[in-house]
Amino acid sequence: MEHAVRARGISKWFGEREARIQALRRLDLDIGMGELAMLVGPSGCGKTTLISVVAGLLDASEGDLEVLGEQPVRMATRQRILFRRRNLGFVFQQFNLLPALTAAENVAVPLFVSGWKRKTAVEKAADLLAELGMADRVHALPSQLSGGQQQRVAMARALVHDPRLVVCDEPTSALDAQAGHKVMELLAEIAVRPDRAVIVVTHDNRVLDFADTIAHMEDGRITHVEPGAGMARAVAVNQ
Amino acid sequence: MNFVAVRMLTGDRAKYLGLIFAIAFSSFLIAQQVSIFSGLLNRMRSQILDVTDGDVWVMDPATQYVDEVYALRDDALYRVRGVPGIRWAVPLFKGQPVARALNGRFRAAILLGLDDSSLAGAPHKMILGSIESLRDPDAVIIDLAGFHFLFPGLPPRLGDVLEMNDRRARIVGISDASAPFTSFPVIYTRYSLAVNYVGRQRTQMSFVLAKAQPGTPPALLAKRIQEATGLRGVTGDEFGWMTIGYYMRHTGIPVNFGLTVAIGLIVGTVVAGQTFYIFTIENLKQFGALKAIGVTNARIVAMILLQALLVGVMGYSIGMGMTAFFFAITTHQEATRGIVLLWQVMAASGGIVLFIVSVASLMSIRRVLKLEPAIVFRG
Repeated sequence: MEHAVRARGISKWFGEREARIQALRRLDLDIGMGELAMLVGPSGCGKTTLISVVAGLLDASEGDLEVLGEQPVRMATRQRILFRRRNLGFVFQQFNLLPALTAAENVAVPLFVSGWKRKTAVEKAADLLAELGMADRVHALPSQLSGGQQQRVAMARALVHDPRLVVCDEPTSALDAQAGHKVMELLAEIAVRPDRAVIVVTHDNRVLDFADTIAHMEDGRITHVEPGAGMARAVAVNQ
Repeated sequence: MNFVAVRMLTGDRAKYLGLIFAIAFSSFLIAQQVSIFSGLLNRMRSQILDVTDGDVWVMDPATQYVDEVYALRDDALYRVRGVPGIRWAVPLFKGQPVARALNGRFRAAILLGLDDSSLAGAPHKMILGSIESLRDPDAVIIDLAGFHFLFPGLPPRLGDVLEMNDRRARIVGISDASAPFTSFPVIYTRYSLAVNYVGRQRTQMSFVLAKAQPGTPPALLAKRIQEATGLRGVTGDEFGWMTIGYYMRHTGIPVNFGLTVAIGLIVGTVVAGQTFYIFTIENLKQFGALKAIGVTNARIVAMILLQALLVGVMGYSIGMGMTAFFFAITTHQEATRGIVLLWQVMAASGGIVLFIVSVASLMSIRRVLKLEPAIVFRG
């Protein structure tokens, strides 16, 4: 199986001298293409740091990391940004939608960044939102959307440029159980594909059944990895 | 991404308007005060500017500015006329008598006595009457503002009589003189009459007004006069700046205006800077998200600069509009006539606004450049 992420001996420290804290402790991780992997564990165990390193937003202090066959650490800063722009999609816990942009414009941001013309980008974004059942909300501002709708917009933004790796940080934590389940179903429907990997950081035990792989973290280490029920893949196949 | 930057800025209506107001207020205050200051500087040399016939002003060597003169001996005129390069030289009297109208109103006035034969130094912008009428007995020309003061409520007209030093003066013309610094009426008459309108002294001649021959530069002529006569010879332009320099050095005017301009600059920079910085801080997560998605630092800097420039242009335009409106009203008032919004002041205000928005955006740029995109993963 082709690896989307292959991490070996990754460590990460923050601060210096007495204030130095080790967030990741020589951990190994493999995530295959077409896989939906979940990182679970208590607060402060290093999940967020790990996905930040995997996404190239933070540099590991030591260890080897391969993402989509490339080693971001060996890239120049600009190259790394372009790599992220082309290949990664993000779903943030707080959605981080731009409040002054409409839903469609928010979704289109990765396309604007890549130099798409505004009209074409917004049309593509609107189509994607329509696929997510939000055809009538494309012109709404984030403040006019419910939490679930905002999360769908955030998911559409993460996928609109067809990335090969999607990183989701607590995508259901701001939602109630029903909305959370729906979001995961949608994620499974539109994100899980053989040529794409999805990493989800979550506290939410109710959505673990969607995972192909579940990596349990504690105190900066991956304590064990277990196979998930793979419900996401089943949903994706049924589509 | 430019439209994203603009929408981010305009989306927060309160801060957007606050930023524009700060810059508009600041540029209004700066442009308005600098314009008034420039207008006052021009008023200090208004009588010099209005005398366009001569090239060189000759005066006592100790003269510092136009409003304080020590009379020259009568032979000064002949000594100046003997300097090579002189086309003509005429006496010019400047005094400050009290002019009283028959209605009882009186006021200190600036009296200019012109050479009887040539009338060199006469006003060129006449509203009523003609310069040639100055040759009539007891004839004087008064400026419009002076007429309005001495004859309030009356339309400009000729024939009214003034009294100066117990002598009769009949108004034969009304001129549009540049407003003087002291806002006194400006009265023109012949030299021979002028000396009698003030208390008679042994010497009377305030200046000699000299014209250079074609091909002789006025500055060179002034130097020659100085060398040949021991008197001070300066061009009209130099005399104007001498006068401005005197007032700048010996009055609190520049300090007062400078303080107001500084307040405008400081208030504009601090308020705009702080508001812009708060705006950026409140949008840090959004900037972080953009960085995570793949927006480069250069692009983010460009976005912030665009936001700053937009705010600057809007604020500056409103500020200049307010200033222009202010002067559109006040320039028609007699007391504030001639004080206008100069293009140089507009350009300088534009430069200051650019400085304000640059400082305001620099703090924000620094903050965003230091921002780690990983911030977006922190709840």
